[in-house]
Amino acid sequence: MNCRSEVLEVTVEARQVEEAMLALLHTILLHRSTGKFHYKKEGTYSIGTVGTQDIDCDFIDFTFVRVSSEELDRVIRKAVSEFKDALSNSGSDGMGQISLEFFQKKKSRWPFSDECIPWEVWSIKVNVVNLANEQERQICREKVGEKLGEKVINVVEVINRHEYLPKMPTQSEVDNVFDTSLKDVQPYLYKIAYQITDSLGTSVSTTMRRLIKDTLAL
Amino acid sequence: MDGDLSPQDKKDLDKFIKFFALKTVQVIVQARLGEKICTRSSSSPTGSDWFNLAIKDIPEVTHEAKKALAGQLPGIGRSMCVEISLKTSEGDSMELETWCLEMNEKCDKDIKVSYTVYNRLSVLLKSLLAITRVTPAYKLSRNQGHDYVILYRIYFGEVQLSGLGEGFQTVRVGVVGTPVGTVTLSCAYRTNLAFMSNRQFERSAPIMGIIVDHFVDPPCSSQRPANMGQPCNYRPPDEEDGGPFAGVQDSQEVCTTSFSTSPPSQLYTSRISYQSPALTGAAELCHPGVNPNQMLHAGKEGGVVLVPAQPPHGADAHLTVDHAPNTPGSSGDDDGLSQSGDGRSDGRRDEGRRSVSPSDPVESLAAFTRKVGAFVNKPSTQVTAASLDLPFAAFAPRGLDSEENDPMVHPPDSPASSSPLQASLHSQGSEGSQQQDDFVMVDFRPAFSKDDLLPMDLGTFYREFQNPPQLASLSLHISSQSMADDLDSLPEKLAVYEKNIDEFDAFVDMLQ
Repeated sequence: MNCRSEVLEVTVEARQVEEAMLALLHTILLHRSTGKFHYKKEGTYSIGTVGTQDIDCDFIDFTFVRVSSEELDRVIRKAVSEFKDALSNSGSDGMGQISLEFFQKKKSRWPFSDECIPWEVWSIKVNVVNLANEQERQICREKVGEKLGEKVINVVEVINRHEYLPKMPTQSEVDNVFDTSLKDVQPYLYKIAYQITDSLGTSVSTTMRRLIKDTLAL
Repeated sequence: MDGDLSPQDKKDLDKFIKFFALKTVQVIVQARLGEKICTRSSSSPTGSDWFNLAIKDIPEVTHEAKKALAGQLPGIGRSMCVEISLKTSEGDSMELETWCLEMNEKCDKDIKVSYTVYNRLSVLLKSLLAITRVTPAYKLSRNQGHDYVILYRIYFGEVQLSGLGEGFQTVRVGVVGTPVGTVTLSCAYRTNLAFMSNRQFERSAPIMGIIVDHFVDPPCSSQRPANMGQPCNYRPPDEEDGGPFAGVQDSQEVCTTSFSTSPPSQLYTSRISYQSPALTGAAELCHPGVNPNQMLHAGKEGGVVLVPAQPPHGADAHLTVDHAPNTPGSSGDDDGLSQSGDGRSDGRRDEGRRSVSPSDPVESLAAFTRKVGAFVNKPSTQVTAASLDLPFAAFAPRGLDSEENDPMVHPPDSPASSSPLQASLHSQGSEGSQQQDDFVMVDFRPAFSKDDLLPMDLGTFYREFQNPPQLASLSLHISSQSMADDLDSLPEKLAVYEKNIDEFDAFVDMLQ
């Protein structure tokens, strides 16, 4: 089974990085999260309800929708904030990439550890620019808002092709497919990683941080 | 085609499509209400949320949608459309977008209805949530209120896109294949917003005088032609009211659609705030038909309102006196030019209160600076900047005055009366001629004041120096005369130079 890979590129000002990343990551996760599963006796299950929330950006003329889950929001914000710090520390011509990977765990027999098999990877390439004056910043606000709108349409387009999705698991397998650690929603298992490249395009400092969402880290 | 589908599946599929259509309408209309939507996630399934999404049901909207569907389902050739349009307070309207839920013949026989189709419809609704915040109408709907409102209209049947103008764009939200056809959700939105470029759609309060339709019904009145839309506004109900729109009560196994919100007690509540009569009166006063260049807006920018000079009516005087205690300049201070630095919506009211009247209202015909009080009648005479005897009067915005009125050319006479207001604005020197005889007249000329003693003013000076007298050496007869003299004296000069040639040579050698 091949892993689906999608790349989105955005060019933003330094102060817009956080909101742009949040907007895109949350839009993807909105589509890749379900309500909490509650398994019943006969092998059937019922699904909880996912609420949504409109979030206005402060530095971009844009509003995005995310799932109403404070826990999930905290996790994503933490990852984006680390990415943003790494980007700003790398220098003024910051270029970087943050990736959201959905994977499935495949149990292996001892002594081999579980395999993580990605089935969908979203890579968001970020190009940070510096603007000279307030007028340019105002234009940038609007332009980045429009660009993010286009990216959301791209995301929706890909997702609505309804290509491979992991099968709905039985109760024993649910942790191999979904992240069940959150109280209110259940996204597919995912991990976020980022890497920073310098202005020449070579990855001078490949800082790979893995935020592993599954509890087993063998 | 339906033979392969079990009756239960068929029934489920019909139900899914019906509630999908209703939820689609809810999402679209709620996204155009103008406020942020927030619903809570719930881990324990209540069984009342279709597609496992917390989407509120506004009863009016459900009612409208059901009315449009009239018991049918979106099918091939029968699309359900939600049209979003904008209507200004002046009555102009424009279609902004049309959301279409269509069905085509392409079937997916192998798909599982109760599971895959349901989940995919859920994903499609999430996509709809995301896309409704992306189209241009979203920003417009967030700014609705004073100048315009957003309306929606649901219809069933053929899709009509002609009202979207030229060059409209289409965005496809998604498709879901089912055994009876493929459900497609898309949006066609207008890109040509030229109609709106002349209007002001700012969030701030409008400048006074632009909305003059106080006595016209607001666009969201309950009498409305049938083909116009419903307003996209909704006030959460405060009370348990039976109302005409009780919650949806379809009973089925999987979900009910109703939330326990009680229907609103009032249909079509309007959130448009209109100016009160007093303010509109004052608004009209600002534009009573005088030369607009003479009037400065008193709305957002504050500043001076130059009003026609008319002896105030008894009512006016009464009002201004009444308001005097509230005004900063009532004691005759030099606050006539005070700015209205208040908040925008309050500025209108305050501006009315801040009228400053000279101490002798009847006498001050010639010149004053007076703010207009609310309820003041519309005066009929005009004032020109020339008649205002202020230091900067010459620079006050004026219309197409002829040169006779131009104070730069003809300095106006000194004022006849001395109201306390004028005293504060003028230096004492310029009114010297009018002072009492006991005082010694001091020839005090402050900068920029009009100086009646000097006959020449800038204009005259300029004109004179445009025509200077000829230089003496350039006049023709003199020049020719001197030329002749020069020629005559040349031989004598040459003789002298030849005599002294040795001296010249020694001088040149010295220099080298």
